[in-house]
Formats: sequence, C-alpha cells, structure tokens
Amino acid sequence: MLLFLTGRILRLLTLLAAVSVLSFLLLEASPIDPVRAYVGADMLKVGPEQWAKIAEYWGLDRPLPERLARWSMAVLRGDLGVSMIFRRPVLDVIGERFLASLALMLTAWTFSGIFGFALGTLAGMKQGTWTDRLIKWYCLTLASTPLFWLGLLMLLTFAVWLGWFPVGLGVPAGVPAHEVTLADRVHHLLLPALTLGITGVAGVALHTRQKLVEVLQSDYVLFARARGESGLQLFRRHGLRNIALPVTTLQFASFSELFGGSVLAEQVFSYPGLGQAAVQAGLRGDVPLLLGVVIFSAIFVFSGNLAAELLYRLIDPRLRLKGDPCEQR
Amino acid sequence: MLMTKEAVRPLLEVSGLSVSFTQYTGGLRQKTIQAIVDLSVSVRPGEMLAIVGGSGSGKSLLAHAILGILPGNACVDGRMIYAGEHLTPVRQATLRGREIALIPQSVNFLDPLMRVGAQVRSSSLNGNGAAVQREIFSRYHLAAGTEQLFPFQLSGGMARRVLVATAAAGNARLIIADEPTPGLHSAIVRETLAHLRELSTAGRAVMLITHDITAALETADRIAVFYAGSTVETAPVSDFCGEGELLRHPYSKALWRALPQNGFRPLSGSQPSVDDLPQGCLFAPRCPFASPDCAAVQPELRPLRGGETRCHHAA
Repeated sequence: MLLFLTGRILRLLTLLAAVSVLSFLLLEASPIDPVRAYVGADMLKVGPEQWAKIAEYWGLDRPLPERLARWSMAVLRGDLGVSMIFRRPVLDVIGERFLASLALMLTAWTFSGIFGFALGTLAGMKQGTWTDRLIKWYCLTLASTPLFWLGLLMLLTFAVWLGWFPVGLGVPAGVPAHEVTLADRVHHLLLPALTLGITGVAGVALHTRQKLVEVLQSDYVLFARARGESGLQLFRRHGLRNIALPVTTLQFASFSELFGGSVLAEQVFSYPGLGQAAVQAGLRGDVPLLLGVVIFSAIFVFSGNLAAELLYRLIDPRLRLKGDPCEQR
Repeated sequence: MLMTKEAVRPLLEVSGLSVSFTQYTGGLRQKTIQAIVDLSVSVRPGEMLAIVGGSGSGKSLLAHAILGILPGNACVDGRMIYAGEHLTPVRQATLRGREIALIPQSVNFLDPLMRVGAQVRSSSLNGNGAAVQREIFSRYHLAAGTEQLFPFQLSGGMARRVLVATAAAGNARLIIADEPTPGLHSAIVRETLAHLRELSTAGRAVMLITHDITAALETADRIAVFYAGSTVETAPVSDFCGEGELLRHPYSKALWRALPQNGFRPLSGSQPSVDDLPQGCLFAPRCPFASPDCAAVQPELRPLRGGETRCHHAA
C-alpha cells in the first residue's frame, strides 16, 4: 500500500509538471496578451512606452524558458500570482470559487449517483422488458442532450415560466453578503445542480445496468438460482455485492466529466463557481488565473481517480488479500 | 423390475424431454435450435446414476432443465416426475435448493465477493446454518479458517470440497453433480467421487453428469449414455465389461472400446450438429450395423435385459 501511494504521488507530480508546462506553452502560442488584459479599458490612455514598461516589469520581455522557470519556481513556493480580473491572489479566487463549485458538483454527483444507480438497477433486473426499454430510451435521450441546452430549458421552465427558482447567480442580487442565508444559497444552487445531475444520470444508469446484466449472466448467479434464490434476495446477496464496487469506482472516476459539465452549467446559470471563473479568465486573458484553474482541476480529477483506485484496493478482497492467499482470519 | 433394488420407486423420472432455443438471426427472423431431442432417465433414492456422453450431447442442459434454470428463450417439452408428481416450473422454484441441489463444475460458480462459509450456509435451510456448515467442513477435512476465505483463495481440492459441501449442507434428496471433476488431479477426482458415493449411500439420489467414463464406471450404479441430445442406452455398470458384448447400443459399445484400457479403438466421424440432425436414428450415419430402416425411422427407447436402449437391431 505504501509503495502504491508513493507511486501515485510521483505520478501526480509528473502529471502536474506536464500539465503546467503544456498549458504554459499553449498560452504562449495563443493570442492572449497579459498586458492588454491588465490595461483593459485604459488602452487608449496607455502609450507604447508604458506598454513596454509594464511588459518589462513583469519580465515578459525575457526568453520563454526563463519565464517558464520563474513561474514554476513561484508555483513551487505556493505563489500562483495575482488574478488580473479579480485583482486578488489566484489562490484566494480559486479557493472561494471552488467551494461554490464543490457544493454544486457534490449535489449533482450525489443526485446522479443515487438516481442513476436506482434506474440502472431497475433496468438490469427487468432486462428485456418494457421497463428496461423505457429506461434505456430515457437514458440515451439524456446522454445525447447537450448540457447547455438542457440548462436553458430548465431555466425557461422552472425559473422563467414557473418562477420556482431564481434565473441565475449564486446569491440573491442586491442583498448584502452578511444577510445571505444558507437557504438562499441552496435555492440558487438547486437548478444548476439538477441540470448537471440529470445529464450525469444517463451514464451512471447505463453503466449500472450493463454491469448488473453481466453479473446476472454469470455462473455464480446461475448457481445461486439453482439453490433457490430469486428476485430481491438474489439481487441483495449477489447482484448488489458485485456491482456496488465497479459502479462506485466509476462514479469517482467521473470527476472529469463532472468538472467539464460544471463549466457549462455555471455559464448558463451565471453561477459564480470555478468553471465560470475559468471561462472568464480565458475570455479576458487572465493568464495567472487560467493557469491556476488548470492546475487545480488536474488535482481535482486526479483525486477522483485515486479515490476510485483506493476503493478497489481497500474493498475488493481479490486485490486486498492479493499475495497472501492463505490469510486466515 | 425383478431385483429388489430396482423395485424402489424412482425419485426422478424424465421421459421424452426436449429442449430447444429460439434465437433471432438478423431482424425478426426466428430460428429454433434443438438442443435436446428425446432424453429419458430415471434415478432412485440411494442410487448413483452416471450420465455420460460427448460435449454437446445435452448433459448440462438436462441438469438445468430439471432445476428449471434454463434461459428465458428455452422451450422445454416432455415429462418430468419428481417424487410421484409432475415437476412444473412452480414446483421447481420451490424445490430447487431445498430438495434438488446442484454441484457445479468450477469455483466460478461461487460468488467471488462472498466468503465461502456464508455461501455454504445459505444452502442449509434447517435453522442453525453455521453449525451445519462447520460440521460439513470438518467432515470434508476443511480447516476451520476455510469458511472465512473467498473463492479465489481456495486450492483446486478445497474448492471441490466446498462445492460438494454446498449440496451436502441442505437436505436435498436429489443431487445433480454437473461435471464435478473437470481436468482435475486423479486424487482429487477420486476423493470427490467418494464424497458423492457417500451421499448416495446415505439415501440420496445422485446424478453424476460427466464425460469421464472411467470415473463413472468406478462409482456409479447405472450409466445412461447420451448421444446428440437423446438417451441411447441405460445399463447397469456391470454390463460395461469384456468387449462390451453385454451393452445394447452400438454407440455405448464404441465408447467402451475407445477407452485406453479396452483397446483404444476410436469411432470414426463425429456427433451430428444440432442444426443438422439426421431423419432417422441419430447414430445411423456412424453405425457399422445401420440398415435402410435406421436412416428412415428414429427408434424408440425400449427396455432390454434390465436396461434400456434406442436401437432397432439391439437384442
């Protein structure tokens, strides 16, 4: 286990190094000009000399390898720089935005996990029946629905037409920050979380169904049936036991889709999360924030995958007890 | 039926069993695949019946048909009588695991994520499952810690004992062992068969499905020979001797003579495929004694000299 964890940490470090260098180079090749982003609306007031001075002050006139080295050293010290659009340290911005995003993603993740698992289980147990077909049809329709479009539909229906939810933002507009209640936040969170969750349901349900169908066709389920087990008892004893692990693992490994989805959902609902910050940073040329978000999202997705792997090692006896076949407790 | 042992009424009597599968081959075109044509076997309490035959002769499907665990696209026809009553699907559902137990081929039939003790306990339906399981494990010389192991941790021999234990733990009156000794070390084969023999001596009816004729001859009371989904002969073990002159069907004789210790003489040709069964006797194309009758009319299974055979010419 120690060896495994050391290996994973090494892998994370190399991954982060590769992601950092690659995004740095990509940004370098992109038309984004940090000075222009910094100057912003004051463009006309800033002459070419001042422009050059700002560039020199930031070291932008230095050769690429030197800039990369300086930025990397700063990141290693924990200094991700200052966001140009928020005028605050990148770490602060990410920290605050990530909490908002985390609430959104966790709600969506839990919803899609529970609802998808239930649907998939039902479809798998009723394989080949109309229930199964209906669920599959529903999932395939969902899976081919673009998230932003679904988000717009949800907005139109529940926020504009029915008026049950606010149209956007993470907190009510015009209310001082200290007067915002938890209920307000939840109220603003629900619609984007539901949108993100509903699209996640399809994948979870179809995977659960597939896994359950495989398990039900296995020799051990045949033998369990030969011993008189059937229906719910069979599902509880053998079905659930054998699909729980792969399905949970898959759920953890889906962090990348979750993060990608949250970028879209936050954009549609103007929800002030990390995804929205990433889009703003990209559009407005906020290089430090963009690089920070990239590194952070890499860590986030990596931890999801690591959690999936750890679960397998801790729970599946075939991996847990490997190399010790005679262990008797 | 003159002998006293034969006089005991069969616990299970299968006659004229046929199993076919419906498959969709491209679009809505249906295709029916005949897997078992005309199987008849019976087994009595305290008796061990071995069912032998090549692969594809319908041996395993017979076991699944008796238990009622064939896949949904299977169509079963024929008569199955268990303890004097028809074995209907409803009755099968209540009997399997209680009165009729299956011993599967391999450790793959155990839930990979469940400790083996728990899996054996679930077979025992009379109250104290744990005590029954421990008692059986010690009878089969399985160490006390074995019940805590997962199937992947069992050695070949241990796995075999656990699989037999799943059937022995219950009060099943009929035990069907489906190919319980595939490619195992001869010592393990002998031990497993001895366990099965013990169960039949204790009064249970044991049906041993195998392609290992030698092993079947060493332990069983009677042998049923299957060929291309039908029973061609049922004979007492004692008839398998000499040049096979006491046997009734040319296929059983050929099987007997093909054994290494009996001359190693192979039979040419192969079992017909289920898609392309001959019109008359299924064995006629390979039979050295086939006459024009044989190719035209499928012979019925008929009693002969204390056994049964499906051959026009047997005497």
